[in-house]
Amino acid sequence: MHFGLTEEQQLLQETVRGFVAGECPPPRLREIFDGGAGHDPALWKGLAEIGLAGLTVPEAFGGAGLGLLELALVMEELGAGALPGPIFGHALACLAIQLAGSEQQQHRWLPGLASGERIATVAFAEANDVWDPESWQLDGVQVARSEPKASEDHQVRLRGAKRHVPHAALADLFVVGVRGGGFALVERGVAGLRIEDERGADRTRPIAALSFDGSPAEPLAGATGAGTRVRDAALILLAADAFGAAWHLVRLTVDYAKARQQFGTAIAQFQSVKHQLADMATQIEPTRGLYWYAAHAWDQLPDESPRAAAIAKAHITARASEVARAAVELHGGLGFTWECDVQLWFKRAMFDRTWGGNPAHHLARIAALGAW
Amino acid sequence: MDLTYGERYEQFRAELREFLAGWPLRGAEAQLPADEQERIFRKRGIEAGYVYRTIPSEYGGAGRESDPLFDRIIQEEYSRSGAPGNRLDQGPGLLVPTLLEFGSEEQKRRFVPPTLAGEMQWCQGYSEPGSGSDLASLQTSARLEGDHWVINGQKIWTSNAKHAHYMFGLFRTEPEASRHAGISYLLVPMDSPGIDVRPLKQMTGSMEFNEVFFDDARAPAENIVGRRGEGWAISRSTLKHERNLIGNPRLMTGQFDVLLEIARRTLRNGRPAIEDPAVRTQIAEIECYVRACETTNLRMLSASTRGEELSVMLPMMMIKLFSTEVMKQIACAAYDLLGSDGLLEPAAANDSIYDSSATTRGVVHNYMYSLGPAIAGGASNIQRNIIGERGLGLPRDLRAGG
Repeated sequence: MHFGLTEEQQLLQETVRGFVAGECPPPRLREIFDGGAGHDPALWKGLAEIGLAGLTVPEAFGGAGLGLLELALVMEELGAGALPGPIFGHALACLAIQLAGSEQQQHRWLPGLASGERIATVAFAEANDVWDPESWQLDGVQVARSEPKASEDHQVRLRGAKRHVPHAALADLFVVGVRGGGFALVERGVAGLRIEDERGADRTRPIAALSFDGSPAEPLAGATGAGTRVRDAALILLAADAFGAAWHLVRLTVDYAKARQQFGTAIAQFQSVKHQLADMATQIEPTRGLYWYAAHAWDQLPDESPRAAAIAKAHITARASEVARAAVELHGGLGFTWECDVQLWFKRAMFDRTWGGNPAHHLARIAALGAW
Repeated sequence: MDLTYGERYEQFRAELREFLAGWPLRGAEAQLPADEQERIFRKRGIEAGYVYRTIPSEYGGAGRESDPLFDRIIQEEYSRSGAPGNRLDQGPGLLVPTLLEFGSEEQKRRFVPPTLAGEMQWCQGYSEPGSGSDLASLQTSARLEGDHWVINGQKIWTSNAKHAHYMFGLFRTEPEASRHAGISYLLVPMDSPGIDVRPLKQMTGSMEFNEVFFDDARAPAENIVGRRGEGWAISRSTLKHERNLIGNPRLMTGQFDVLLEIARRTLRNGRPAIEDPAVRTQIAEIECYVRACETTNLRMLSASTRGEELSVMLPMMMIKLFSTEVMKQIACAAYDLLGSDGLLEPAAANDSIYDSSATTRGVVHNYMYSLGPAIAGGASNIQRNIIGERGLGLPRDLRAGG
């Protein structure tokens, strides 16, 4: 019985923490944030060099072959650093191909994705806040035999749209959710694919709308059911990211309260401030085990996984939003400015809360999946 | 991460379940008075190594090696079966751990065995009318005269004072010393002349609390735990045990089960309330908190099994505040489900911290009683100070006398 991290897992977190502190300190983060692309090729290369681009990809394909728990632990650190870059969508795309790709599809894609030379992302959302694989409507039309194909693999043509696709502007490959809860692969630059930036609030993870006008796509062979697994993974990663972001905001606000002087003393001296900080920390710290458990369940206890993932996502991202709002308030007028770094994590928490379905959506799922 | 207990522990659990199948008692034993039945089964539990597991056998325990996982399994299985196991009242729960840590050999032999057996009852004498959260300002004095302490003053919020044989408490023995250094930890016989116990009626209508007045009451000189002036440090350890008691996750899951039962039983628009979408969302939200509490407890358990308590210092500071807040939420949700029955008076006196019977008046009782644990054993705002100062490194409050 051990509900805790192994030495290797702790070391992994320390490594990522060190990488974030060294390669993306606040001034650099601010430059990337203001730059608008939410990306820095050097940063992505660095992440790939320490093995994060293919963390869950089997070693046979050049990945690290680790579990979702390790990926979630990494995500906590990336949330704590509000690290810009395409890793969220990329990691989910890798999982989808691992889970549902044919041997040929895995050989073709996973090595390049694991090394970080190629970037992938996932397209989940459809109009009217549709996120869940059970509700995906986008569909592929079988290509008629007589019709010329771009290659052997292009078996369907997609017509329709997806929304809120993270880092779409960078992606070489889109893993697109389709009717029935499976996926189809769409390569960058194919006919009929349009990518339109949506001007997302979280500039560390820009989002775009995709439209497909007969775009050639290649269904993942074992697609049925994979959608829900990848969705659950997404929920857990967002929960872990929000956990890291919220804790960072607690630390940032603690430091500010110790430094900021009013009425002749540090505002941290005032119990109203001290208690608010204690409440912020007490909102977030007891949720750590929820994302650990959900990630562990995803790896080891598949029957428990969908509900545990919904609990982690609904609860942690809601608590993180409250922490983020309190952090702004405790920073006073400064906290409300663009210049103050609090907004970077505040917006990170917005993404974590809303992408994949907001807390209300998942609370309803928890009830529906419940033992009661 | 490994959430299985492993063969050794599963075998332990199987043996324990077999043992617990012996409760309730059968045959002639089942005809005995209830407290005698409990005494018999508890004694069997000690002999089998399940009850008072780590307390040395010379003091009335089972004398086994400490193992948090065995403790957890014992807690789970006893709780499931409802059999009498470790007594959790103030003597065994709070005084015994303190005596085992700080008491003299003579004190341990004299007080621990009858306390564990339930033959010696205790009450805790900490709070005073003028000393609640600021406990170190306490004024009740004990003056050594010959071979006795002579005690004057008043304690308050004293549960169980009417039935207690002894009070363990804090008394000012060194009036000239600084406030923390002037306090000693004494064991006071409650039958001493000069002690007057007056019940305090609670908002629930029951009377668990008392005021205790001391007018030249006497305690033998040897009834001091530790040395003169060490009482404050010793009491910190007792408070820790009290917080652990209140942070017990079984209390919370029991309360959550009550909430579910009420939601199933109550009708909303002719249908069980548990089918109402708004109720379902609320219960789901509460369940998230319950699971957060459970996984936090699991983290702490795991860390203590491996001697890594330092890695969970922060959750340990938070668990009292966090779990009492969650239990308040549960109590309020269950209360609202009662609808107009919420206008009724609460159930009468209840011995357990929470009423877990899921009766209408029990739910009303918990609507009030759930505030108690947030106040007792270090009120929530004191917990926030601890989390802020020791957990987050914020500056200490400006306190008179520091």
